[in-house]
Amino acid sequence: MLKMPDLDKRVVARRHDIVSNLESMLPTNCVVSHETEMRVFQSDGLSAYRQMPMVVVLPCTTEQVSKVLRYCHLNNIRVVPRGAGTSLSGGALPLADAVLLVLSKLNRILDIDYENRCVVAQPGVTNLAISNAVEEKEFYYAPDPSSQIACTIGGNVAENSGGIHCLKYGLTTNNVLGLEVVLITGEVIRLGGKHLDADGYDMLGLMIGSEGLLGVVTEVTVRILRSPETARAILIGFDTTGAAADCVGKIISEGIIPAGMEMMDKPAIRAAEEFVNAGYPLDVAALLIVELDGPQVEVDALLKRVRKIAEGCGSMHLRVSQSEDERTLFWAGRKAAFPAVGRISPDYYCVDGTIPRSQLPFVLEEITRMSKEHGLGIANVFHAGDGNLHPLILYDGNKPHELEKAEQFGADILKLCVKVGGVLTGEHGVGVEKRDLMPVMFSENELKQQQRVKCAFDAHSLLNPGKVFPKLHRCAELGRMHIHGGQIPFPDIPRF
Amino acid sequence: MGGVLKPCNEVETARVLSWAMAERKSLELVAGGTKRSIGRPMQTENTLNLSELTGISLYEPGELVLSAKAGTAVSDIKTVLEGQNQQLAFDPPDLSQFLRSSAKIGTIGGAVATNLSGPRRISAGAARDHLLGMRAVTGRAETVNIGGRVMKNVTGYDLCKLLAGSWGTLVAMTEVTLKVVPRPEAEMTTVVFGLSIDEAVRAMSVALGSSASVSGAAHFSAKLAARSEISEVSLFKKSVTALRIEGFLPSVRARKDILANALKSFGEVETLDENISPRVWREVRDVTLFDSASEDAIWRISTVPGRAPDVVRNISRGENFEALYDWGGGRIWLMQPGYGDGGAEVIRTVLDRFGGHAMLMRASPEMRSAVNVFEPQSDPVAALTRRIKAAYDPYAILSPGRMYAGV
Repeated sequence: MLKMPDLDKRVVARRHDIVSNLESMLPTNCVVSHETEMRVFQSDGLSAYRQMPMVVVLPCTTEQVSKVLRYCHLNNIRVVPRGAGTSLSGGALPLADAVLLVLSKLNRILDIDYENRCVVAQPGVTNLAISNAVEEKEFYYAPDPSSQIACTIGGNVAENSGGIHCLKYGLTTNNVLGLEVVLITGEVIRLGGKHLDADGYDMLGLMIGSEGLLGVVTEVTVRILRSPETARAILIGFDTTGAAADCVGKIISEGIIPAGMEMMDKPAIRAAEEFVNAGYPLDVAALLIVELDGPQVEVDALLKRVRKIAEGCGSMHLRVSQSEDERTLFWAGRKAAFPAVGRISPDYYCVDGTIPRSQLPFVLEEITRMSKEHGLGIANVFHAGDGNLHPLILYDGNKPHELEKAEQFGADILKLCVKVGGVLTGEHGVGVEKRDLMPVMFSENELKQQQRVKCAFDAHSLLNPGKVFPKLHRCAELGRMHIHGGQIPFPDIPRF
Repeated sequence: MGGVLKPCNEVETARVLSWAMAERKSLELVAGGTKRSIGRPMQTENTLNLSELTGISLYEPGELVLSAKAGTAVSDIKTVLEGQNQQLAFDPPDLSQFLRSSAKIGTIGGAVATNLSGPRRISAGAARDHLLGMRAVTGRAETVNIGGRVMKNVTGYDLCKLLAGSWGTLVAMTEVTLKVVPRPEAEMTTVVFGLSIDEAVRAMSVALGSSASVSGAAHFSAKLAARSEISEVSLFKKSVTALRIEGFLPSVRARKDILANALKSFGEVETLDENISPRVWREVRDVTLFDSASEDAIWRISTVPGRAPDVVRNISRGENFEALYDWGGGRIWLMQPGYGDGGAEVIRTVLDRFGGHAMLMRASPEMRSAVNVFEPQSDPVAALTRRIKAAYDPYAILSPGRMYAGV
């Protein structure tokens, strides 16, 4: 069972006053405190965990965000920030004694600057809305998480979201130029802008992916790119996952960085094909979707090279999209892989680890073995280019203990990812979901050092406590040095 | 000055830091030492030299990943990568000539610690964007592992970003893991001669916004062009606006035409082929076009690309000045008189108005002591900087004062 920080009973006892104080500092309709109205906020995309917040606030301006945070800081009230609530790791899971700070009303695009190729947006603008806003001039915003219709740019910043195209175009952190951030004290700082690189420590880079633990983002400047002239996708089928993994490595070794390179295993192919009829071959063990983009001549030339490489790796099936519709259809199957798996199983649990790609055949073999051991089915989709693996564990939440079993299976997979040189999460974040696995990847000292960074921003651990770190240390305790007076460990200058 | 401590491995590095922490001895962190003259002069008692920590510990070309000990020469890494037709996309500059450094061998640890990037920054990102992980010893003498060796990793805070560009003030890096990329098969540079700075910045903006995928966009005056060692650049005695295209040969050819078409209203375009093009970008990257004997102060300004002409006009007010514009105007190397405050006050006032920051990259030690080398920070950001420093290095033993007084 997930243990959240001890309930601050003094805060809960003052709930009534806190609600009226928040109401008095914000315009009407910015505070939600009735249970029925708060219910929609009780979980995020990790819906297995639910918790009613103490109160929900929806400010409309940076100044209002600052007022709320200053008030919470002065009154020692915890704050959980939230964007669209699409987190798959429980990053926006409310706390019973915390203000849920929802940024969805900050939803305007403030500036589109084609001359300097950037867009300034408020955090509640959805990821896709940015690309849509600049589409007329043939520009787009590159990171494209699967939830891009719903997820917000503020949430993307908090989670350092990826997507299918990040092998070539990078994650959120590589595409954000500037942020306006409100600290827990209510102070408003600006990091970066329309220019490149930090002037001191790279706090912009630190803020991205910090899961709402360091500050609340109220404005984001992203770089936009000119849309590629053309894009085509190739479906390549193999009779073993090893051959598919080998092919991915060879494509990259030959100097080709595809815009996207995805792999699906047999159960995932079958589920997706039955759902979408994308034209996937059903007699293969692994399917690659490789997308090439750029000028027409480049795409044509690279298609030939990829075909040759694939044939050299023993591909059983190869099909190139012949139209934009067909390219979209090839992707439709992959993009619908999660709901497709949802059709063949009452529930599924999505895992998100990254591994060195050479380990893929071994890891898939182990996952198959574990699947038998746990008695739960599995389908695998994989951002093959960058090693980010998404096993989907099939279970039935109505059967007793099956969710726990699925979670245990997921944890075993993530431990395996770390063991082979990978990491616990590639793009979904730690949140509450992987919090207790952090010691698998980090030593006690490493976790403490990360928390010291947290203390530099939020000395009383008021921002999103209970997320990311398995154990909350007091900042004073973390700052202490374990040296005793007179007992100097190395009194002589070391000589080498 | 005290002694130079030169550990041979990570364990010995940690021992040095244990000793320094216990004895409260401050250390100047160096490896190759090529960039030692950047930053505020320090009053450290000892030097921690990491140049003995060498060697590539992991290289997987198919996974685009390389790990090397912090003291490994950048040139050695480049040679190994070239063997597999790969490269460091951020193209770390060799500033030894610009800085008049006697040390000539830059290290990968130095490249990461200073987060310096070449002209390709605009399309491929900075050193920080290619840093996947590192091993380091903190000012608490604790050895820590940060990040990983995989491309996609959001496990915990992205401390790689914080530590890249921390100039040796937070940790002593012992090993870095970097993303590497394929080397482009071909490159070409399109040049327009004789543009004014306003025209040049507009031309670069048009080029960068076109589908030509430009990976370098620089402009320099006729006076700087005259110092080029490349006759195709120096011969015309005109300002140079250069745009680079890299990639697969058929693609480069096609994009060259796209670019020529986009730029036709700016004037005649010339093409520099793959024999000349890399030499042009090396001169831009390594900032070798300024008079190397001059005692003037040289600043690096990062600003909104489109504002570059206004920024420079407002700083220089018609006086004789020299400027090298890179990153489409977003990075300006600006020469100012080497007396007084070297232009610090006016530069910072102008940047407050137009956006961006400035760093004093080449100046006498006296000037680097007297003026803020790094951009002064707002109060809350300066307070965060001090607290981050204390989190990593509570006794201020790691390159104290190099970035800011008291940090």
